[in-house]
Amino acid sequence: MNSQNKPVFVQGNHACVLGALRAGCRFFAGYPITPSSEIAEGLSVELPKRGGKFIQMEDEISAMGAVIGASLTGAKAMTATSGPGFSLKQENIGYAVMTEVPCVIVNVQRGGPSTGLPTQSSQGDVLQARWGTHGDHEIIALAPSSIPEIYEMTIRAFNLAERYRTPVILLLDEIIGHMREVLVEPPDEEIQIEHRLRPDCDPSRYLPYQHVDSDIPPMADFGSGYRYHVTGLCHDETGFPTNDPEKIERAMQRLNRKISRYTDDIVDFRILGDASPDVLIMAYGSSARSAKQALRLAGDSDPSMALFQPMTIWPFPDAAFKTAAKSVRGIVVVEANAGQMKREIERLVNDDVPLTLVNSINGEPIVPAAILDAAREVV
Amino acid sequence: MFDYSQYLRISKFPHIWCPGCGDGTILKALLRAVHTLQLDKNKIVLVSGIGCSSRTPGYVDFNTLHTTHGRALAFATGVKHARPDLEVIVVSGDGDGTAIGGNHFIHAARRNINITMILYNNYIYGMTGGQVSPTTPMGAYASTAQFGSIEPNFNVSELARAAGAPFVARTTAYHTAQMQSLFVKAIQKKGFSMVEVIVQCPTAFGRRNRIRTPVAMLNWMKEHSIPVKAAEKMSPEQLEGKFTTGVLWDIDRPEYTEQYQRLVEKVAGDH
Repeated sequence: MNSQNKPVFVQGNHACVLGALRAGCRFFAGYPITPSSEIAEGLSVELPKRGGKFIQMEDEISAMGAVIGASLTGAKAMTATSGPGFSLKQENIGYAVMTEVPCVIVNVQRGGPSTGLPTQSSQGDVLQARWGTHGDHEIIALAPSSIPEIYEMTIRAFNLAERYRTPVILLLDEIIGHMREVLVEPPDEEIQIEHRLRPDCDPSRYLPYQHVDSDIPPMADFGSGYRYHVTGLCHDETGFPTNDPEKIERAMQRLNRKISRYTDDIVDFRILGDASPDVLIMAYGSSARSAKQALRLAGDSDPSMALFQPMTIWPFPDAAFKTAAKSVRGIVVVEANAGQMKREIERLVNDDVPLTLVNSINGEPIVPAAILDAAREVV
Repeated sequence: MFDYSQYLRISKFPHIWCPGCGDGTILKALLRAVHTLQLDKNKIVLVSGIGCSSRTPGYVDFNTLHTTHGRALAFATGVKHARPDLEVIVVSGDGDGTAIGGNHFIHAARRNINITMILYNNYIYGMTGGQVSPTTPMGAYASTAQFGSIEPNFNVSELARAAGAPFVARTTAYHTAQMQSLFVKAIQKKGFSMVEVIVQCPTAFGRRNRIRTPVAMLNWMKEHSIPVKAAEKMSPEQLEGKFTTGVLWDIDRPEYTEQYQRLVEKVAGDH
């Protein structure tokens, strides 16, 4: 199982298992759902071997609840699901946002809405990842496109969750979840593992939601001698419910600011292809694979092209995209949904830049030739 | 006199419960049970969902977790599985615990994880204004059953037993001494233990159902409860309309976190 420095041929979902273990995941609660079940199956084998905890819960909602409960005791905790289960988890994801409990939620996306296409791919949950739970909130969501990226970004998801005391969503899709590629687990010196900041003050002085300079208050483990209250109600620095508008305002501002002010540290993106392209292609997840192939297929008579691949879907790398799109003659958005991120891109560019969508909503991968055709037509 | 303040967050009082509500009586019995067992406050995690009962954790000086509606047992399962050395107690109501949280209720019982659940059964959704609940007696009135409930109600204790809970007990807000001793037994029990406490909600249930005062409701509990031992000698006719109190069920079954630990010892290091 330990494949450090040694190439292994693994499925995307299994790379997620390996990344989670490497990140220090010691608790997994889940519920069977295609196409994510291999993650639960893998961790049901590997966690007990390491003294970690696995549990198959009675439903998706309780799996999310158990993950939050475990994280409150100090364990790095994760769940994995797909569209219908992701919908069911939303209330408790909001609870984790509100109570600032680090955890990782993997969504191996499939076609929807409803039961949709259980065994076929989609990227239809990118906006649900952003706004699925009710109320104003910030969220971090990552979108790898290959097996090595799944491994690296699973580790990063845990690191971001721990660093910012927040749930982090890892958006895979059925294509990369079930495809196999070579993975070489990097050596320890190339991997950074982060842990949540824990308090060192006297327990009687501990404020679990203190307004600290970083906006990220230290988090105590249940059972460590810091007795405190956790509630999904609006609360003040002490963690107890409050109806005081001033305190609520201050708490909610901090809750959102603790992510938004660190946007530059969180966002990650890749740019491939021509340095000053005529056409900028925006693609992420498995669709970025099709886009890369389109770049390879382009001939001398084709417009010059570059791929902008956001690795963090949320927060979206707004500034980087604006820079990359500054002098392009056209933009092609590639995604396996009806155009969810296209609206984000429209928000970022001037109306006079022609923008076209190449998409798939029938479960099939996006064909590179279609992207190339669109790039030719948009300029 | 017993000093409750050693376990309370005094600054959080006055509590939100209505005058005449029995939830505070349950809180008292719980604190007395914790004291009897000399539990370490640092090692107790009190978990709740949403509703009147679920406000209990806010008032006590333990690790306290007020979760989403119906999900207390789910969060508690995560806490207990991750840290089996912690004493995990769940407080819930009939709506929170057996309607929206019904799935977690039967599965925590089936799984037999070492959690103690105290189910405040007041026959009604109190906090949201007196809507019909899974334990509202057939024919009783509620704000969403203004012509009388037409649905059969759950027998919560029988449900827990049928789902596999190895320890099930029932008491009422009238029987405070018994309540305390049942809480002690439930916390001591290795496995999922459930104590159903029938408790008065004069505001949302009593007034609407012509048992108008808290005292009348407590008297109703006294008159309608039969100790388990006494019930054994009574005919079904004599027991009609009554409910039994005391330890209803107490058996031994393998406990989840111990089973898991055995599994870990079996496969440890094999990677």
